[in-house]
Amino acid sequence: MYAFDVTRPKTVAEAVAALAGDEAQALGGGQTLIPTLKQRLASPATLVSLTAIDEMKGVCADGGTLTIGGGTTHATVAAEASAYPALAALAANIGDPAVRSRGTIGGSLANNDPSACYPSAALASGATIVTNNREIAADDYFQGLFTTALNEGEIITAVKFPVPEKANYQKFVQPASRFSLVGVFVAKYADGVRVAVTGASENGVFRWTEAEAALSANFSADAVEGLTASADGLINDLHGDAEYRAHLIKVMTKRAVAAAK
Amino acid sequence: MKDLNEDQVARSANLKGMGCSRKRVEDARFTQGKGNYVDDVKLPGMLHGDFVRSPYAHARIKSIDTSKAMAVDGVIAVLTAADLAPLNLHWMPTLAGDKQMVLADGKVLFQGQEVAFVVAKDRFIAADAVELVEVDYEELPVIVNPFEALQSDVVLREDIADQKEGAHGPRKHHNHIFTWEAGEEAATNDVIDNAEVVATETMYYHRTHPCPLETCGSVASMDKVNGKLTVWGTFQAPHVVRTVASLLSGIEEHNIRVISPDIGGGFGNKVGVYPGYVCSIVASIVTGKPVKWIEDRMENLMSTAFARDYWMTGKIAATKDGKITGLHCHVTADHGAFDACADPTKFPAGFMNICTGSYDIPTAYLAVDGVYTNKAPGGVSYRCSFRVTEAVYFIERMIEVLAIELNMDAAELRRINFIKKDQFPYQSALGWEYDSGDYHTAWDKALKAVDYEGLRKEQAERVEAFKRGETRSLMGIGLSFFTEIVGAGPVKNCDILGMGMFDSCEIRIHPTGSAIARLGTISQGQGHATTFAQILASEIGLPADSITIEEGDTDTAPYGLGTYGSRSTPVAGAATALAGRKIRAKAQMIAAYLLEVHDDDLEWDIDRFVVKGAPERFKTMKEIAYAAYNQAIPGVEPGLEAVSYYDPPNMTYPFGAYVCVMDIDVDTGVQTIRRFYALDDCGTRINPMIIEGQVHGGLTEALAVALGQEIAYDDMGNVKTGTLMDFFLPTAWEVPNYETDHTVTPSPHHPIGAKGVGESPHVGGVPCFSNAVNDAFRAFGNRHTHMPHDHWRIWQTANKLGLHG
Ligand SMILES: Cc1cc2nc3c(=O)[nH]c(=O)nc-3n(C[C@H](O)[C@H](O)[C@H](O)COP(=O)(O)OP(=O)(O)OC[C@H]3O[C@@H](n4cnc5c(N)ncnc54)[C@H](O)[C@@H]3O)c2cc1C
Repeated sequence: MYAFDVTRPKTVAEAVAALAGDEAQALGGGQTLIPTLKQRLASPATLVSLTAIDEMKGVCADGGTLTIGGGTTHATVAAEASAYPALAALAANIGDPAVRSRGTIGGSLANNDPSACYPSAALASGATIVTNNREIAADDYFQGLFTTALNEGEIITAVKFPVPEKANYQKFVQPASRFSLVGVFVAKYADGVRVAVTGASENGVFRWTEAEAALSANFSADAVEGLTASADGLINDLHGDAEYRAHLIKVMTKRAVAAAK
Repeated sequence: MKDLNEDQVARSANLKGMGCSRKRVEDARFTQGKGNYVDDVKLPGMLHGDFVRSPYAHARIKSIDTSKAMAVDGVIAVLTAADLAPLNLHWMPTLAGDKQMVLADGKVLFQGQEVAFVVAKDRFIAADAVELVEVDYEELPVIVNPFEALQSDVVLREDIADQKEGAHGPRKHHNHIFTWEAGEEAATNDVIDNAEVVATETMYYHRTHPCPLETCGSVASMDKVNGKLTVWGTFQAPHVVRTVASLLSGIEEHNIRVISPDIGGGFGNKVGVYPGYVCSIVASIVTGKPVKWIEDRMENLMSTAFARDYWMTGKIAATKDGKITGLHCHVTADHGAFDACADPTKFPAGFMNICTGSYDIPTAYLAVDGVYTNKAPGGVSYRCSFRVTEAVYFIERMIEVLAIELNMDAAELRRINFIKKDQFPYQSALGWEYDSGDYHTAWDKALKAVDYEGLRKEQAERVEAFKRGETRSLMGIGLSFFTEIVGAGPVKNCDILGMGMFDSCEIRIHPTGSAIARLGTISQGQGHATTFAQILASEIGLPADSITIEEGDTDTAPYGLGTYGSRSTPVAGAATALAGRKIRAKAQMIAAYLLEVHDDDLEWDIDRFVVKGAPERFKTMKEIAYAAYNQAIPGVEPGLEAVSYYDPPNMTYPFGAYVCVMDIDVDTGVQTIRRFYALDDCGTRINPMIIEGQVHGGLTEALAVALGQEIAYDDMGNVKTGTLMDFFLPTAWEVPNYETDHTVTPSPHHPIGAKGVGESPHVGGVPCFSNAVNDAFRAFGNRHTHMPHDHWRIWQTANKLGLHG
């Protein structure tokens, strides 16, 4: 680590002001940022901790929309998002208890790790990312590896999820990190089905539109049988090549459809 | 043994001696954060060291500029090879008879190699300065494949390029280290050429790493006024470190004190001598201040002590009905940039010549070629005796392949070939004398426990259902029967840098009937403070709870060769029992004196000497202890102490029978371990609970290695698994419920019949998991696939066999 200062504002407004400072960076649960700092891969002058901002915490279900504060931990989502069981289950399977007790949904979405879980839920649900000064549709929000529509100093204050009729997340874990090697989130709404894939692409989370079309017409695992996920642009690494990942996308999609509740 | 009466049962229970599942006395401090590890050592004025490491696997160093680093406020020194050369410490001898750069001398030979050592007032300043050391590298061609190394014109080790002879005989090529042979080559070839059936297979036992929770580190403190050097470190063999430090530094051995405090797991990783230790010592001598060096996880995985990396080719010959007649094994051993394997001196491939396994194989031959590559040095015995896991994996895979060749059941093939109970002591074709065993009994017990026939039936039904498209899951039945060889070892053939591999125990009985015993070994989590006290409790009749066990401080402990290769119980445990018997012999004299009878009129009764035929007349050990100091026999010196140095007459040969039942999801390659049964025979059992804990731990590390744990390199010699994001370390999440079982076949030559157990489960577990994966695909034409069997590789196997439709 390099030396840095820490502030702990109590409101979003104070946090936004603090983030306007020179080389200031938001600190959520620190489950990504702290290891990055430890490896000296980042050197902010000030960390603006968001953990004391009550207005950014909590889970609230209201008329078909589930709103989760940007500073809500995975553990809280797991325990309280019962209105959206697939999302609660996703949160319950992130990392380990320590990670879940500290890590936040805002931090996860801001980071947009290509193998993180939440991005697939946000994209498959057509969620809205709420920041301190605007609302961003999930389709516009994810812009590639570790890249999002967020501006410098912008804070995710909440995420609004339209609650689907049925949904399921299938996480195929990379054995060492237990992040997703391939994760598929399937969400069925009255007006169609959305399928988002994480872990697999060199470009981060993406929608498998062919499967969406097939499933919108016929929501059953068989509907996907005839499709092949393309291996183009998928990740090749120690834990699996593009071909394996493409194969898993289909297998996990079928399983998600079969398990959707 | 005659039945004990009620009083004797109570007294015996009070001792918590051998056979008692005594709770580990260490755990109170470990579970409450009160352990004392190297990084907990903080001394006034202590400085911190950090390494500049090579980003390249092979490069010439054109220059090193330390000026910017030296200019940082708080930096005290930056050491390079040029600074160490005048002291002749820029290179150091390895345990394998080679030498190794302490700091890069002209070139680097593996990624992560130590290039310069920065010493600063705190850890952060040291890290800042590391970034400011400017090293000008010229990249050289990289070789990460040992077969390519043996063909290549590229000379890795320029320092010995012209040496035709190494520490272990002739070198065939500039990247060749040694050829080591055992057995009869011509006779073996003859058997194979004329055999009814021969099975051949090549298998790669991949490079992996012990990855203990605590990484390596040291704190060196040179007291210039008194001329004393104290070194705290993660040392599995503190006395050896003291001797080596003395030989290297010229400081007399009595002026060096080496302390291994609590160690957070070793598994072989902490046997070697690393540049960090040497640099912290030199830096302390240079600065006159204590200097701490602690590795981080990436440094640990990249630079200290890999394990395995053996390419093994086997030929096994048999009659048509399955009687094995001969075994041929050739190994190409990738030792990395320096031969720093931690083996007894005369065994450059460890005890690989135990590779005839548990079978009566009349003729065999083994040859091992050691090779240099641009990978980290090491070659430690990760939770096994020296290279025994390689040997057992090899034979247990060869048996499976032979079973396929013979179209025979692999359990039956093993049974036909086991060494029989009445053949012990058994002389193996490759030169070992197995002390005792009863393999058939253990095997039958294991197969019965898992209903082996039922499992095979279920498996066959599953295959049919799979073929009919009713399931996408296959079932693998992994078998392994292993014989370990531990307790190195007899001084006549086992030494490390010339130091015979005996071990020792020194006991002092206090007047009030409690005691302290010190040993030459050092626990890294094995629970020595618990079990050695139990051995003594049974030998000297004082409660285990009244006996302190101390290890790891060379100023107080007797000389010993340390803890690895499951040698503590076989060697130091024997020394403990024998030292205890010396105490008891003197106690008997004292009791006789006190009771005014002849020595021979007394008999030992759990915790006391009793006059034969007069049970009301006795002296307890507690009373005797007091008398030893305060009522000494006239003409006999007071006190009650003993020392024993034990040179074992032979190794011990624990064995076991393991069965793994695995379900494999063909569509994803995911394996699920439904059942794992482990029967261990480690001879006399000192603490069943600790044995069970050791078995669980060893099996979990076996699961890790077999199913995914790997140190992988790309073609440029970059380590691809330098963090726990990529290096698989299993947790409770992946670990199945293990079923443990046992038989007891004592070692005939060991004072208490114990054989050692810490490493058996790893040795037997790896082939068991691997055999299960391979077995699942046997019905579809699979013979052998390499480890590690991660999901992707299993999926690829299914894919190659055409199981994905
Ligand atoms: C061992 C381990 C296992 C893990 N396993 C998984 C897993 O299986 N699946 C998974 O999805 N994730 C996993 N994670 C990541 C975890 O979910 C992180 O918590 C998450 O990715 C980041 O959230 P955080 O609150 O910790 O953010 P931080 O680490 O604090 O910050 C991450 C980034 O987001 C920014 N940031 C934080 N909060 C906000 C905000 N509200 N608005 C704008 N920017 C913000 C920070 O400036 C930083 O750039 C794992 C992490 C660990 C350590």
